Formats: sequence, structure tokens, C-alpha cells
Amino acid sequence: MQKAETYNDHIVRLFLLAAAVWGIVGMSIGVFAAAQLAWPALNFDVSWLTFSRIRANHTFGVIFAFGGSALMGTCYYVAQRTGHTRLALGRLAMFTFWGWQLALLLAMATMPFGITQAKEYAEPEWLIDLLIAVVWVSFGVVFFATLARRRIRHIYVANWYYGAFIIAVGLLHIVNNLAVPVSLFKSYPIYSGVVDAMVQWWYGHNAVAFFLTAGFLGMMYYFVPRQAQQPLWSYRFSIVNFWALISVYMWAGSHHLLYSALPDWVQSVGMAFSLVLLMPSLGSAANGLLTFNGSWGKLRTDPAAKFMVLALVFYAASTFEGSMLAIKSANSLSHYTDWTIAHVHSGSIGWVAMITIGSLYAMAPRALDRPAMHSHGAMELHFWLHTAGLLLYVAAMWAAGVTEGLMWRATNPDGSLTYSFLASLIAIKPFYVIRLLGGLFVLSGMVVMAWNLWHTAAEARANRIKPILVPIPEKIPEPVEDQIPAPLPARA
Amino acid sequence: MPLRYKHFEKIEKHAGLLGVLIAIMVSLGGLAEITPLFIKAHTVEAAPGFKPYDALRLAGKDIYVREGCYLCHSQMIRSLRFETQRYGKHSVASESVYDRPFQWGSKRTGPDLARVGGKYSDAWQRLHLVSPRSVVPESNMPNYPWLENAQIDGEDIRARMRVLQMLGDPYSDEEIHAAAAAVVGKTELDAIVAYLQGLGAANVSASKNVAEQDHE
Repeated sequence: MQKAETYNDHIVRLFLLAAAVWGIVGMSIGVFAAAQLAWPALNFDVSWLTFSRIRANHTFGVIFAFGGSALMGTCYYVAQRTGHTRLALGRLAMFTFWGWQLALLLAMATMPFGITQAKEYAEPEWLIDLLIAVVWVSFGVVFFATLARRRIRHIYVANWYYGAFIIAVGLLHIVNNLAVPVSLFKSYPIYSGVVDAMVQWWYGHNAVAFFLTAGFLGMMYYFVPRQAQQPLWSYRFSIVNFWALISVYMWAGSHHLLYSALPDWVQSVGMAFSLVLLMPSLGSAANGLLTFNGSWGKLRTDPAAKFMVLALVFYAASTFEGSMLAIKSANSLSHYTDWTIAHVHSGSIGWVAMITIGSLYAMAPRALDRPAMHSHGAMELHFWLHTAGLLLYVAAMWAAGVTEGLMWRATNPDGSLTYSFLASLIAIKPFYVIRLLGGLFVLSGMVVMAWNLWHTAAEARANRIKPILVPIPEKIPEPVEDQIPAPLPARA
Repeated sequence: MPLRYKHFEKIEKHAGLLGVLIAIMVSLGGLAEITPLFIKAHTVEAAPGFKPYDALRLAGKDIYVREGCYLCHSQMIRSLRFETQRYGKHSVASESVYDRPFQWGSKRTGPDLARVGGKYSDAWQRLHLVSPRSVVPESNMPNYPWLENAQIDGEDIRARMRVLQMLGDPYSDEEIHAAAAAVVGKTELDAIVAYLQGLGAANVSASKNVAEQDHE
């Protein structure tokens, strides 16, 4: 029953385009918001340009619009390649693209006007949440239907992460957004006070765990071996890390509420699990990095590999930092300060953005039927702009955070507080300007990437792209008992 | 006892089994941590005399939420010496029972507001909201001049109170009925100042009694 079957790369290209556009939009809003923290007059007394209104546009824009589009696009790409099959349910897959983009547009258009649930990283109001839920379930259906029709019996590790990402984010989204509407634009959550706090940070923390970690680890497990041209360092290690990571992460959310009115036992459980989490986190990072053994030379020549390696280094660094900040005494210094902002951005600009950019540079030429990206120099430039911006941003916010933390707790010999709150704000203002500069570097790198992608796609725009044939195996080989399956070649 | 790979092999060859196991593994943490709180939530009761927000303060709270004030101001005085020294008695769970969503915050670009009520005059608060740098020159808080002219819609507040009543907040039907009249002619600035002035001030003595229960 051999017949010609091709990969559905059309949808991958759409998500690729969306990711590039949303990346620039989300980061531009971030730069604007950062500028307002340094120079507050920049809201021009306009409500919908004001920091507190647009902050959600930045976070939602980079996490769900940029990150989400990149995740869905690469997920569709990887599920097809590793299963040697065409994406299932083509029309439903198209719906996931347009439905997701519609939800993003609606969210971005309503939040600046104060239409918000005011739950961090879950700001869009109930109507948009319903749309997101429908799209998300459809995404899950497409993904698992594609797995079901795979021709390779073994499900490659990257797909487990994408699967966990889809299941967990669906669960988190639905539970956290349960609300009773007052009108089209306003609802009240069914939880209040301490329960709402726990549900919110169970969601908030695991949005990081499953959206920003598991999803991007899926990306990493496919594109890193692909780009390193090496099999995964240890397949068995990835199994251990996977199950440990997805089960432990869900317990750690309460470390966002240390010393708060949350019951003490929940705080302690959160702290303990955050420390256990070090192992699967560092394990995954090590597995990715050691995959480059034997092909470290690629770092000299391949910008995509450079992005991936630095992404893994920052993944290790920021998960280490996260576990340390979950220790109560460290948290008493760092919490509520800009250290949190430093930590978030070393994770997002360092890990999430860099693994995404590396993977996009690896995937785009293949999805666009080109031998390579249009400009090698532009990729190099992007790498250095991004790295410089990342370091400036994170260093500035670390310095600001430690300054705030120390000033807030400083006491005079007689036991009275040394500094007013305002004194700490004045002390960190210069760091806010440096942070803005870092953000500008990262943003300009994204513009360079968009330019590069646009030119790489020139050929594709001019002529119809020849769809890539699915390499259908002659027969599915019987596995030797107890054999660790070797990672599959990505493309014949 | 080494884990035999063949056990995992089964999982890795069945998409359905993989999905089900993932769903189980990711549910454990939430179930363990949230369920007890949810059950216990009914026992965390408001301090005696600590009533839900009246119409004007509810309007103010929802403006506080709408404007995103919680992004720079926490309402959670942690149980740390330097916190209680700066902001007052540490926050307890019973103080936020009427907050949907909770307003504990995650970042302080400005100071904590859990007990800001009564700390400044109404006039200062009004001036500070419309133009923060006219009273605190070094502040980086944005101006919120639009609050001054926007009117509160009484019917809208009534609809909100009805939903909150449905969710279990102890509003009486009379209170909801009277809500529209209570906010007639009030601006958003009036409402948010009323909200801020009520923060912590009214309930700090009332919550004293239950403070011991909260921290068993």
C-alpha cells in the first residue's frame, strides 16, 4: 500500500511566520514597558499605553504568542518527522493555527483596555479563555492522532515532552481560569484569597514548567541531536529525567508564596520539591550538552548550534537559580525584588528564546526547501546581539534585585530600618536604563532574524514549494529485546 | 534492582498509555496541595466584623485590578521582621477572603499596600494617583489622570455584587439593592481612594482574634 505521502509543512511555515512576527511585537512592548519604568512620563497619560496595562501584553505576547506559535509549529514538524507520517486531521490543524492567532489577537487587543482577569500569565477574559481551551483541545487531538498514525513503532522522546506540554497546559488553563462572568468583559474567579493564590501559582509555576520548559525541551530533544549530527547522549537518562521532571514540577508552585499567609506545610513542600527538581533539570541540560560531544567544532561554524548550546547553559543556570531562590532564606532576600525579573529573563531570553531561535534556524531552511538560511552573517550578528542583550539585561536586574533586597532588610545598630522604600527605588534607577539597553539589543536581534527569514523565504514565495515525501519504511523492523532504540535520523 | 527498559518500552510504544500516565503524573502535585486548601477554605473565615467590600470600595478594588496596580504593589506583609517593621503586622489568610482575584502580588516596584489605609490623607491619595511626581518627585509610578473623569456605573456594580453573592460573599439583597444609590455621582478616583483607605485599616484589629488560629 505504498503511495506518495508528503509532509504537511505548510502549517509549519505559517507558525514560523507567526512566531517571527509575535516575537518582534512582544519584545517591542517589553522594551516600551522597560522604558516607562525608567521614564514614567512615557505613558503620555494615555491609559492603554500605561505600564500596568501593557505589562500583560509583553508577557502574553512573548510566552503565548511567540513561544506558543514556535512550539506548535515545531511540534507539528517533529511529530511528522519522528513518526514518518503526514500530520493527521489537516483541517483541524489549520483551525489550530487560525484559532490560536485569533485568540492571541483578541487577547492583545483587549488587555490594554483593562479587560483582564488580572491573574498573571492568565490575563485574557473568560470568552478568550474559552476559545483558547477549544484550540488547545484541538491541538491535542491533532498531535495524538498524528502519533497514532506514526509508522515508527517507538515514540521518540521529543514527543513525550510535547505530549506532556499539551496535557498539562490544558489542565492548568482550565482549572486556573474557572470563573463566573459578570458581563462580556468582566468575570470573578471562583477562588478567593489564599486558595486563589495557591491555584494561581500552581498555574503560574507550571506554565513555566510545561509551556516554557517541557515544550521547549521537546524542541531541544529533536533539534539538538539533529544539529549536532549526533545521537542523543543518553536515551535512558532522558526517560528518567522526563518522568521526574513532569511529576516533581507540579509540586513546586508554592515556592512563589514563601512567608505569605499560605499554610506553612504547603510552603515547605514547595521548597522541598523545588530542590528535588534540580536533578531532572540539570539532567536534561547535561543530556543536551553532552550530545554535542564529538561535534563541538560546530560551534565555530554553525550559529544555530551556538544558540542551542548557550540555551542549554542558561537552562542549567536558571533552573539552578530557581531552586536556590526557592530556599526560604534566599527567597526572603530575593522575593518581590528585581531578582525575580532577572531570573525570569535568564530563563526566557537565555533558555526559551535561544533554543527557539536555534531550532527555527535549523528548521526554517528545511521547511522552506532551501539548502541553508539566506545569510550566515546575519545569524552570527543575531547571536552576538542576543547574547550581549541577555547579559546586559540579566546582570542589571541581578544587581538591582540584590540592592533592593539588602536595602529593604538593612537595619541600624538600634534596630530601626536604615532605608526608606523610595531610597531603594532611587538606587536601582540606573539599572533600569541598562536593562532597557539590553532589551533593545535582544529586540534588534529579532529584527535581524525576521529579515533573514524573509529573504530565506523569497524562493518559496516566488515558486510553489515542492512538498517533501514521507520516507515510508519498507517494513517496520522487529526490535531486539531490551534494546535501547537509537534516535532516528530526522530526514532520509 | 535496575529498572528494566522493557517496562518503559511498553509506554513508549503506546500513545494512549503515554498520555494517560502523563495525565496522572502531572495531576498528583496539584491534588495534594490544592485540595486540602480548598476543603479548608470554608474554615478560613473572615474575622468578626470584617465585611465584604461595600459598593464604592468594590468599585475601587475592581479599578485597582483593572489598572494592574498589583503588578508593582503587593498586599502581603511577609512574616519577616524587616517587613512588619516597615509595613505593620504580617498579613493573615482571613484578610483576603473577599479578594477575587487575590492581590498578594509578585513584585514591588512600589511599596506594599496591605495596610496603607489611613496612612495618607484622601487629598494626598487623589493627587498621588493623578500625578505621583507632584508629591513624590523621585517616584516612577505612571500618572492615572483618566480616573478623575470616569463615572462609576451603579447597575454594573450591582451586577458584580450579585455574582459575588452567588460565589458566597455575604452580601444581603438590601445591600445589593442600595449599591446603585451608594455610588451615584462618584468618580473612579473616589472609588479607588475609598478602596485604598480601607486597606488593612478597618480589619487590623478585627483580624487580631483569628491571627492565632491562622498560624496554628
